[in-house]
Amino acid sequence: MSAPAKLPRWAELGLLPAINLVAALLLSGVVVRILGENPWSAFKLLASGAFGSQDSIGYTLYYATNFIFTGLAVAVAYHAGLFNIGAEGQAYIGGLGTGLVCLWLGAAPFWVVFPLAVLAGAVFGAAWAFIPAWLQARRGSHIVITTIMFNFIASALMTYLLVNVLIKPGQQSPESREFAPGAFMPPIHELLGRVGIAFTATPFNFAFVLALVAAALVWLFIWRTRWGYALRVAGENAAAAVYAGISPPRITIGAMLLSGALAGGLGLNELMGAQHRLLLDFPGGAGFVGIAVALMGRNHPVGIVLAAVLFGALYQGGSQLSFDMPKINRDMVVVIQGLVILLCGAMENLFRGPLAALLRRRDVP
Amino acid sequence: MTAPSPDPAPPALELRGIDKRFGAVHANRAISFAVVGGSIHGLIGENGAGKSTLMNIIYGFHRADAGEIRVQGRPVEIHSPQQAIAAGIGMVHQHFMLVENFTVLENVVLGVEGGRLLAGGLAHARAELGRLARDYGLEVPLDAVVSDLPVGLQQRVEILKALYRRAEILILDEPTAVLTPQEADQLFRMLARLREQGKSVILVTHKLREIMAVTDHVTVMRQGAVVAEVATRDTSLRGLAEKMVGRAVLLQVEKGPARPGAPLLSVKDLEVRDGLGMARVKGATFDLLAGEIVGLAGVAGNGQSELLETLAGIRAPSRGEIRLQGRDLVREGLDPRARRRLGLAHVPEDRLHVGMVARFPAQANAILGYHDSPAYNGGVLLDRGAILAGCEQKMAAYDVRPPNPQLRLSAFSGGNQQKLVLAREIDADPRVLLIGQPTRGVDIGAIEFIHKKLVALRDAGKALLIVSVELDEILGLADRILVMNGGEIIGELARAEATEERIGLMMAGVKAEGGV
Repeated sequence: MSAPAKLPRWAELGLLPAINLVAALLLSGVVVRILGENPWSAFKLLASGAFGSQDSIGYTLYYATNFIFTGLAVAVAYHAGLFNIGAEGQAYIGGLGTGLVCLWLGAAPFWVVFPLAVLAGAVFGAAWAFIPAWLQARRGSHIVITTIMFNFIASALMTYLLVNVLIKPGQQSPESREFAPGAFMPPIHELLGRVGIAFTATPFNFAFVLALVAAALVWLFIWRTRWGYALRVAGENAAAAVYAGISPPRITIGAMLLSGALAGGLGLNELMGAQHRLLLDFPGGAGFVGIAVALMGRNHPVGIVLAAVLFGALYQGGSQLSFDMPKINRDMVVVIQGLVILLCGAMENLFRGPLAALLRRRDVP
Repeated sequence: MTAPSPDPAPPALELRGIDKRFGAVHANRAISFAVVGGSIHGLIGENGAGKSTLMNIIYGFHRADAGEIRVQGRPVEIHSPQQAIAAGIGMVHQHFMLVENFTVLENVVLGVEGGRLLAGGLAHARAELGRLARDYGLEVPLDAVVSDLPVGLQQRVEILKALYRRAEILILDEPTAVLTPQEADQLFRMLARLREQGKSVILVTHKLREIMAVTDHVTVMRQGAVVAEVATRDTSLRGLAEKMVGRAVLLQVEKGPARPGAPLLSVKDLEVRDGLGMARVKGATFDLLAGEIVGLAGVAGNGQSELLETLAGIRAPSRGEIRLQGRDLVREGLDPRARRRLGLAHVPEDRLHVGMVARFPAQANAILGYHDSPAYNGGVLLDRGAILAGCEQKMAAYDVRPPNPQLRLSAFSGGNQQKLVLAREIDADPRVLLIGQPTRGVDIGAIEFIHKKLVALRDAGKALLIVSVELDEILGLADRILVMNGGEIIGELARAEATEERIGLMMAGVKAEGGV
């Protein structure tokens, strides 16, 4: 009888996450209060910092784009029963692939660079995920451990490459030269401008649309194809998979390749869309936020997009908040994010029992 | 049989109006019955009749919504197993609650060690267990590690645990599920001994034969309510079965003689080793012929499961060949999917953990193993219409209830889950069907249905191999019986020459050639 209480679908997908989110914000309010600031004005600052203007919306969605890619990466692995902690490293190496294509084909037009950059990002990200996947499938090394290790290896490798190989000659900071304009992801304000809609210039770019397309394709793949079916069977019940003639090691490798390829999408947004060069640590922790996003979005693409926007808002609104309320620094914003993860992810069942009881009482007069 | 005593001694255990709901499910409806002190009381009912809920209420796992429990005439509050034990109630679960790498003695004192140091409690327990062994004939090697003991002795340890905690009322939940017929007889002799010493026993089972053989009284439950409470000698096997199901039932499936044809599956010198390199199946050689049902009997753990899984392609053998349609499945290394395409279907023994994905809806389970068949696929995407229609058709043909393809599989009863798995495997029109425990956890009504389907399949010229720990089932269905012991096929009997005794002896390792 320890199974979690059943809730109607609308409450499961809408009400419960909303309650969890409100609880997280209330707790954050208590922390803000202890720091001596007014929680309500802090919340208003956070909200307006995230959604108050075109500028802030642009930044929020630009951050969200990264989180959608890494959230999808974590979710695909999760459905195969794998906990991929390595989206950070896969995004880093995937970005290397994208960056190399952009540097080499710099002079070519966008429509030549674009498909190759997408492909290279996916292939490099997948390749980085392949090694832990192979080790798990064929040698039994636990994927949680190996993917963590591969984050460090990716970081060291990129530092080496940027400091010694890709660095722009005659420069101190470890960055490549800037991409040529043919490798710039079209910004949304430019695309909107073409159809006559004015929008403030922000790093918000076409990669967001790609992320939404990726989310839709992931949904189709997982729930509407036989390969997705096999992947879910293997993730839910390995014995049933073997019984059905599905090879769990093959699923492990396939799911991780896909996962790494999705993480590799981050470079399209961050490098082609915003930085226009290869630089150190451009994933900036998005691979780890992706774990929280997938957890909160219940590993469903729609939930992941929503959760990614929420975390984008916390990033953007949070930096606004720390700017306007000096007592609340960047670390405080991380605390608030932590509380959201805690209540919406790790302790998502906290209010489930009481809510189920409440709904039952309403049903039985 | 104990004669009812003239003085009005209160019953050992009495339930008055026990009522329990789980949400919309009314699991127990105003249950009342009494267990006479010093008697064996049978409790029977189909799966889902509410037996387990009732026992869990008595043992303190669940709390009744209404009603009263009386022990020796006094009302007691039981909200935890500790309180149940304090009230003198002991329970032997179907799945033993033993620490496998502890000794018998350590298992018995676990939780009632008494004092900070073990030595004192152990010495006391040793003396006390010696007395129990003498009084009740419950000899067990106290210093043996539990995992080294045969199942029958492990069960004895569970009983000792309860008695050591001064249980006066002992509840046994499906105690014979894991025993050979001979071990079951030993258990029943032990229970009779407990009764002589004044203890009361509640025997929860779905095996009518056991009820008839050892109980004094029997309570029949159906759909959460008590439908009959009778003295065992006043009833019959058929009468009990009808009360349980609520209608007349066939206890034996009706079938004509088999007309065996050509061999469809040939197994030669098959050897299977486990992960530790131990041989689990030793040189099995046999044929499955068209139009016959072969029963594979044996005590659980003697290699039947491994043999079945190897034939299905889940395990790889270390030696030997399996021929189907002139192809050697072993040498070609065909996986279960390839074997299905050649017409080899498999209903696994552990349907919930192997044959299906409990958290998936019924319709997703109805395509497991056939999910890449063209029937269920468009070019790239799954054909959801075909999957839904296929599941609805299977549910209708096999009377799966509720007929809702969207419902998560774990919400179906065991019998309905099994019907869906059978529907999936039989609808694929296999040449050879391997079935593990066709009716484990399945209620009588569904058993009858499943057995009829299997016989119909045989009459359609298919070859069936049935692995079952229910000897009645093998005797009822099989045309030919193979018996396994210690990984070897120790003997083969035609149905006509098979008796429960002969098979029981072979299951225990006595070769037919030597004995008979």
